[in-house]
Amino acid sequence: MNKQKKFGNIGQFLFDNKVIVLFLILCIVCTVVAGANLSYVAGEVFTRFGRNTCLVLALIIPCLAGLGMNFGIVVGAMAAQIAIFWVVHWGFTGVTGLLLSVVMCTPIAIFFGWLLGKLYNHTKGAEMIAGLIVGFFADGLYRLFVLYIIGGVIPFDDPNLLPRGFGLRNAFDLTGSLKYSLDDVSFLTVLLIGSLISLVALAVNFLYNKKKGNVIDKKDVIKKAVYGIVGVVIALVSKQIPFLNNMLGGTRVVLTDAIKIGSILCIVYAVVMFVLTKPAKDSKEFKKYILMVVCSVVLFVLTFVKTTKVIFNSVRLPACTYAVTALFCFFNTWIFSTRLGQNIRTVGQNRAVATSAGINVDKIRVIATCISTVLAAWGQLVFLQNLGTFNTVQQQSNVGLYAVAAILVGGANAHKATNKQAILGVILFHTLFVVAPLAATKVFGDPAISEYIRMFITYGVIAVSLAMHAWQKGDKKKKDNDEETAEA
Amino acid sequence: MSKVKSIINKIGVPRLIVCLFFAIIVLLAVVNDLNVTSYIGSILKYWGMWGVMVLAMIPSINCGIGPNFGVSLGIVCGLFGTLLAIEFDIAGKVGGNFGPWASLFFAILVSAVLAWFVGVLYGKVLNAVKGSEMTVTTYIGYSIIYLMCIVWFRAPFTSGGIIWPLGGVGVRNQVSMESSFGGLLNNAGGFYIGGESGIYIPTGIIVFVLVMCLFVHLYFKTKTGKAIMAVGVNPQFAQANGIDVNKMRIKGIALSTVLGAIGIIVHTQGYGFLQAYSAPLAMGFQCVAAILIGGATTGRAKIGHVILGTFLFQGLLILTPPVSNHLLAGTDISDTMRQIIQNGVILYALSKAKGGASSDE
Repeated sequence: MNKQKKFGNIGQFLFDNKVIVLFLILCIVCTVVAGANLSYVAGEVFTRFGRNTCLVLALIIPCLAGLGMNFGIVVGAMAAQIAIFWVVHWGFTGVTGLLLSVVMCTPIAIFFGWLLGKLYNHTKGAEMIAGLIVGFFADGLYRLFVLYIIGGVIPFDDPNLLPRGFGLRNAFDLTGSLKYSLDDVSFLTVLLIGSLISLVALAVNFLYNKKKGNVIDKKDVIKKAVYGIVGVVIALVSKQIPFLNNMLGGTRVVLTDAIKIGSILCIVYAVVMFVLTKPAKDSKEFKKYILMVVCSVVLFVLTFVKTTKVIFNSVRLPACTYAVTALFCFFNTWIFSTRLGQNIRTVGQNRAVATSAGINVDKIRVIATCISTVLAAWGQLVFLQNLGTFNTVQQQSNVGLYAVAAILVGGANAHKATNKQAILGVILFHTLFVVAPLAATKVFGDPAISEYIRMFITYGVIAVSLAMHAWQKGDKKKKDNDEETAEA
Repeated sequence: MSKVKSIINKIGVPRLIVCLFFAIIVLLAVVNDLNVTSYIGSILKYWGMWGVMVLAMIPSINCGIGPNFGVSLGIVCGLFGTLLAIEFDIAGKVGGNFGPWASLFFAILVSAVLAWFVGVLYGKVLNAVKGSEMTVTTYIGYSIIYLMCIVWFRAPFTSGGIIWPLGGVGVRNQVSMESSFGGLLNNAGGFYIGGESGIYIPTGIIVFVLVMCLFVHLYFKTKTGKAIMAVGVNPQFAQANGIDVNKMRIKGIALSTVLGAIGIIVHTQGYGFLQAYSAPLAMGFQCVAAILIGGATTGRAKIGHVILGTFLFQGLLILTPPVSNHLLAGTDISDTMRQIIQNGVILYALSKAKGGASSDE
């Protein structure tokens, strides 16, 4: 009896996560069929993860605001590219150039997002198709801008970028200007700056609350301050120790080192918390700490096993890019703890209820779209600084498509999406993106077919996922109707 | 003032812009002494080539599903039928003057039957996803094109005209239609107005499109057709009157798929080459834009919208390149213009669709 129930649970779990399971199987089958070099696959997937995740995370807020999958993030990507043209033209490089691009693209993205939000308010219920079409439409305007207006109407004197006098050259090279500007920032710098910023923020918050006479949780403030100071100290001390500086002070962190340090920290954290809180034996915390320790130990041991060691050693993580991705995740969680986030969620659940609760639905939807567009613009900056060279006219066209496909693979649907689904989706989707062509080449002996397979998978995932969701929704509606009539 | 506004609203801002733009382009072409007569000939030809595919939007819009972005399903059926006609060399086997005609009718027959079955299945899917039809049709259309890309690549055709020149299997990028029915309708009964340098009238293709229009028109006069219209206008009301809503929707979308299949055959014969692979990817959007330019909405469409819309849209596509080339010294902004106009018109229609096919409230 018990066994049967357990089996039922597993079956239910598999069924609930059918998209993920299907993709996991596909990834494994393709890897096995292709006989792929795992070091290569792992390296590619980690690079693509750093490159793409921010863009995918931009989809979450509009999704929870009831706008569905925001295919319109394409316009955010355009804002980023427009900013990059000028930043490169003015000759800014490195982190300065990147920060200037962020500053420049934000107002453009807010403006585009505002327009997009207005449009979504005019096409309620058809936002997804409208977002898709607006992407094509904006593509046309963008092309007009890039190929004819820059240099043709707007003065833009740069023979390197505009060989004909008007219209940017087709391939835009960021080597020597913005390429790897974010990726190359070392972990220790990120830690130092991050800790300093959080300390400053804490101080400002503290003083503000004191002036207003709000109640201050002193213990909490001290705890946070200690964390910040520890961060600064670790960063400064590590820079002086050659061993640690080698590991963490360079432009990339080798995955082996990251796992070693991470798992040790994890074990220490779990043990300390265990001793401090002393959870009951069958409580959730107890299981969590045990699981943490076991996973950490397994990972730690894996760094010494020969096969996995080779794979781990070949992966180099861009610390700052991953930190920015984490910030995006944090932002998505944080915003739903604010009043605005609560309103967004209410609007997403039911517009009629939100209106009767006094929420300006249209305004909230525009704000959600704006936030998404800005995040997409920043995400595109992260993407392009890693890519290095991009197609001036067409780079942005597929941004929405791949982002949506990735998050849907992670198990999201048109009404519900989380950070976890975005991250899982990016990993699965891009693993398949890497291994599917290899497998196709092996099986069919022709790499040309792999492009078709890739595109079929991308579009197929979106079609099936959206259709299944609409189908379930329709079923539910029908059931509700039936019940209503039965009651009547 | 309000009267002007209501008239503009009735015509629709983008339609007005497109009409004005078209008028300006024609004017510029005439003023700059471009060879307008030959362009009129090719506008007529392209009008015929696209007509049936645009016509495929009518049943799907009128049965309440909205513009059929997934007309690609019909398109791949049409391509398959055409390839079979070449593979079996129907034109050669029948021989003589009648050969190409036999080939054309074989292709139409095979793909229409195939498209009907595919359309029925497609309709069943769309009945399950009421409220999100447009998004789902778009992505089904996209994925089917790439699925068929894989199929074309490995399909076991043997005819030398289909497979890659270096042998093996699979369909080549562009299959010549010369040996089957390329240009058949275009040249049938075609004549010049005003001598060899005048306007060429491709009678055959025009007659064919008009016959198809008449067929659809008559179909909507039958009992079934009227039932389909009723479902499109108000599904609840239709249900209350004893009409099987789901069945009518399936019939509408199946008819649309069949017309899409015939449409691509007509297009292929006019173009002279069969384009498999990703060439038909964006055709659905062009068809939707054409009928919307003609005056249709996402909930209502008439034959007149097809005829006018296809003419305006194709006219723009054909006249813009030479005019922009002439005026802007060698730059061709026509494709950019197409993109903006095409998608702008679709967007406008979506924003006007109040409680239309896509509303889920």
